[in-house]
Order: sequence, then C-alpha cells, then structure tokens
Amino acid sequence: MTATVTAPGARRIRVFGKKAVLPWVFLAPGLLLALVFKFVPMAKGIWLSFFDVRPFLGDKWVGLDNYTRVLTDHRFQDAIGHTLLLGIGMSLGGIVVGFALALLLEGQARSLKIVRTAVFLPVVTATAVVGEMWRLLYYPTSDGLINQGLGFLGLGPTPFLDNPDTALWATMVMSVWMLAPYNMVIILAGLAGVDRTLYEAAAMDGVSLWQRLRHVTLPAIRPALGIVLTLAAIRGLRVFTEVYVLTGGGPAGSTEVWMTRAYTLGFTRNDIGGASAASVVLLCVTLLLTVTVNHFRKRGDAR
Amino acid sequence: MSAPAIDPVRTPVPSAAVRKAAEPRRATPARFDTALGWSDRPSAAWALRILLCAIALGIFAAPFLTIVSGAFSTHASGSSLSFLPRDSTMLNFRVAGERGIWDYFTNSLVIAGGALLLQLAVSVLAAYALARHRFCGQALILTLFMLTMMLPEEVIAIPLSLVLGHVPVVGLDLKGTAWGVILPLGAWGFSVMLLTEFMKDIPTEIEEAARLDGVGEFRMLWQIVLPLCKPALGVAGVLGFVMIWDQYLLPLIAAKDPTDYTVTVALSILRTDPEVGSGVVLAGALIALVPSLIVYLLLQRSLVTGIAAGATKG
Repeated sequence: MTATVTAPGARRIRVFGKKAVLPWVFLAPGLLLALVFKFVPMAKGIWLSFFDVRPFLGDKWVGLDNYTRVLTDHRFQDAIGHTLLLGIGMSLGGIVVGFALALLLEGQARSLKIVRTAVFLPVVTATAVVGEMWRLLYYPTSDGLINQGLGFLGLGPTPFLDNPDTALWATMVMSVWMLAPYNMVIILAGLAGVDRTLYEAAAMDGVSLWQRLRHVTLPAIRPALGIVLTLAAIRGLRVFTEVYVLTGGGPAGSTEVWMTRAYTLGFTRNDIGGASAASVVLLCVTLLLTVTVNHFRKRGDAR
Repeated sequence: MSAPAIDPVRTPVPSAAVRKAAEPRRATPARFDTALGWSDRPSAAWALRILLCAIALGIFAAPFLTIVSGAFSTHASGSSLSFLPRDSTMLNFRVAGERGIWDYFTNSLVIAGGALLLQLAVSVLAAYALARHRFCGQALILTLFMLTMMLPEEVIAIPLSLVLGHVPVVGLDLKGTAWGVILPLGAWGFSVMLLTEFMKDIPTEIEEAARLDGVGEFRMLWQIVLPLCKPALGVAGVLGFVMIWDQYLLPLIAAKDPTDYTVTVALSILRTDPEVGSGVVLAGALIALVPSLIVYLLLQRSLVTGIAAGATKG
C-alpha cells in the first residue's frame, strides 16, 4: 500500500527536480552577479547609513544621525535645489528640443536619414568626451567658440563655467544637448505610428496645422512622451558625470548636485555613513518617482 | 491604447514605411507623411526646412569638428579653437602618448570587450530560462532583473566600492583589476529584458522537434535558439557597448591608482596636467570618441531600434 503511493510520488519529485533545477542553472550567473554587485551593495548602503563608519575602530550605531546631518547640511540643501532645477530643466528642455527635432527630421528621404545620423551623435558619445568638448566651447574669453558667436550678436564674452550665476545653466544646456537627440528617436518611433489617414482627414476638414498637431499628433504620441519624461526625470535626479566632468561642482558650489555632494562626502572626506545616507535618500526618491509615474501612466492608459 | 504598435526588434523599419511598401499606390500625398506636412517640392517651407536642418546640424554635429580640428592643430588652446584646423600635426597625439593615453585606451578596450562578452553571455542564459522555461518564482526573477535596470549605478557607488575592495564570501580584492569594472556590468536588466522578449516570439515547434531528437538543453540554446536571436543580439550588443563605454563613476571607484583608469576617465588627468594644452586633451578625446563612432556607424540601425524598443516596452 505504502509502496504504491510513494513510488509515483518519488518519480514525480525526481522529474520535477530535474525540470525545476535547469532554469536556475541558466539564471545562476546573472543572479549571482546582480546579487553581489547590485543588491549586496544596496543592502550594505542601507545598513551603513545607520552607522558611523570608522575603518579601524569598528562601526558605531548612530541611528538616524547620518540622515539628520545630511538633510540639515546647507550644502546638501543647496544641492537639492540644483538637482531639481537641473533635472526639471533638462527633462523639459530635452522634450521640447527633442520634439522639435523629431518634427523637423521626420520622413523617409535619404538626406533626412543622414541628418538624423549626424544629429544623434551626442547620444553615442561618452559623457566625459562631451564634457571636455563643451569646456572648450564654453571657453571664457572672447576667443571661445560660443563667445565668438555671442560677439557676432554684439554680446560681451561670458565666463559661462566660471561664473556661479551661469554655470548651472551652462550645465543644463549641455545636458539638453545630450538628451534631446535620444528623445528625438523615441518620439520619431511614436510619430511613425500615427495613422496617416487622420492627417488627410484633418486637412479635408480644413483644420489648421496647429490644431492638427494639438489634436491628432500629440494624443497619438502621448505614451512616447510619458516614457521620455520618466527616463529624463530619473536621469536628472541621479545626474553625476555631466556635472563632475564639466564643472566638478564649482564654482563656489554653484553646480553641486546631490550625487557629486555624496561622492565628495564618501571619497574625499571618507564619511561613508553620511554618503550612504545621502544615497539611500536618493534611492528612495527615485523609486518613489518611478512608482508614481508608472501608476499615473497605467491610469492614463486605462482611460 | 494608442501606443505605437510596432515591434521594433523584428521590424526595424518604422511602420509607416512598412505600410507604404505594402500598398505602394495609396493615394496619400507626400505632405501627409509627416506631422508638420512638409512638402518635398521646392517652396518657402521647403527652404525653411533646409535652413532649420542646417542649424540642427550646426548645433548637434558641428561641435565634434572642434575635437578633430583641435586635436590636429599645433597650438589649440581653447582660445584659438575653430571648426577647421589651420595647420595639421601629430604632435598632440605624441604628447598624449607620452602621457600614457594608449595604456588607458588598452584598459578601455579590455574592459569594454570583457564586459560586453560577459553581459551578452549572462543575458542570453537568463533570457533563455525566462522565455523558454516555466518555473516557480519566474515573476519574481523578472522583477529582480527589472530592478537592476532601475537601480541607478550612482546610488550604489559608495557601498559598491567597499564590496569591490572585499567581495563577500570569497574575500577577493577586485580594485585595480579589470574585473572590478567588468563584473558589476555583467548583469544588465535591459539586455535580459530585450532578449527575453525576443526569445518569447520564437515558435516552439522547432524546439520541440529538436527535443524529440534528443538534443540537450545547452546544444539547443547554442545551435537552435541563439542563431535565431542574431538581430536582438546586435541590438543588445551595440547598446551594451555604448553603455559600457560611457561608464565613468565605476572605473573611477574601481581603480586603485590612476594607471587603472579608462580612457574617458583619464581625460581629466590630461586636462589637469599643467604642461599640456587643450590640443592634447582633444587628441585624447578624439581617441576616446573613435570606437563609439565606429560602432555607431556600423550598427546604427540596431542602436536606434534598441532605443525605440526600450521606449515602447517601457
């Protein structure tokens, strides 16, 4: 009696076992790497944010001290303002310029494809290279390339990156320059999906170009715009390389953003606990933003 | 939902083009092909479009000429920068070479090659499991990979540098080695997602027939599924390369001393060196630019397809 019951059961377990183990063999390398280099550091960061990290003395539990210290530090508070301004500016600027580029360069003609290829260059170029290039474009004397252009317009030379009033805006312009062609590609994919007969119908109804854009094109590419905005906002919050290579946070901390501040705290001043707390705050804001945007997007799609 | 209903991986041509090819004699005038209704015949609007295209090129592409001209001119000091070189010389490259630019470049190539291979291998294996097998915890694993995509590298940089100095369990010190940059880049959610989506669409019949012939799992992946995935591999490869070449913070924290830097990070060394001018920095920038340029021009279609794919998939 017992034998007849256990025998099929055992076989099922063995078969199940082999079938069940196989996918995990394939998944193992990816999961292992993600675990060691993504999730362990994340957990460690959250853990360390509650400690005063002292290399040879052992870590000391300090509760929320790191968080209060970071959040009340006026340089971090300035950095929040800069990060938000830069993030919002580059997201909106990137969308507006990207949309304009997409409208301008939409089409199948060969010449348009070549222009698109050239315009897309900033996206594939490493940020560090772009930064070095823009440092020279922004050269402060009247011989600098952009200042030469301003000279033609009768404007005096501006020390873009050396002036605390202009440095953040200059960084924003470069970020928009890098982001816009990327958005252009996504928006172009959206534009390609718009039903052409709608344009024809609109023309028959004698609708103006502006109304056509507003009521036919824009609703059709709204999902694409939503994606572009989410990606840009997240990218804006965690911005690091752009600022680090272009201004290094200066002059006088006028371009210091959240991540450059955390980097300085962690690696220059060796305050691992404070830097971890700053990172955790950013992580929470990013996750919150992603979840919120996804929520609204789903609701918008359902409608 | 009015989302663009194109599957960008399998139909790299925008759907408008597909539709046009399918019904070539549809009587929609060219002016309805674009949102703004550009006409392709000479007119005022046509001239305006050419002018605007020229401006766009001037803003987005022309600045790259300053890198080229600056790198080849004798006294490029930001102040004498122009689009065209006045005199050409290789001096800047020689000086950059003396400063070790080729060593940094080699570091970059080793890291990019290694990380790309690892990334593709890891993604293919994981995607095969996720797309072709059914097992419990599948949704969770998918979410985990998605998380690795959303988790900004910048946020985990500080604890990651500690992990790199002392890898848990095995206790290795990866700092100062290429592995310190390569391994953290191995698990990239985006390419796992991309390949999973692609593999899901491969018909199961081929696989079932092969399975009846007694083909094992690894041979199945290597000889049957993988060859069918070539287009998706191209997309994952080119996007992976661009992503790896753009890494800045990771090589910075994984380095023990400046000789471990990649070429992009090393540009800051050239810049802060008081003995070399901006011509040398631009020579370095040009060296760092060329590989991404080559990859882009060769695999442009895959790249653009991939970005649109990420967008339509969310």
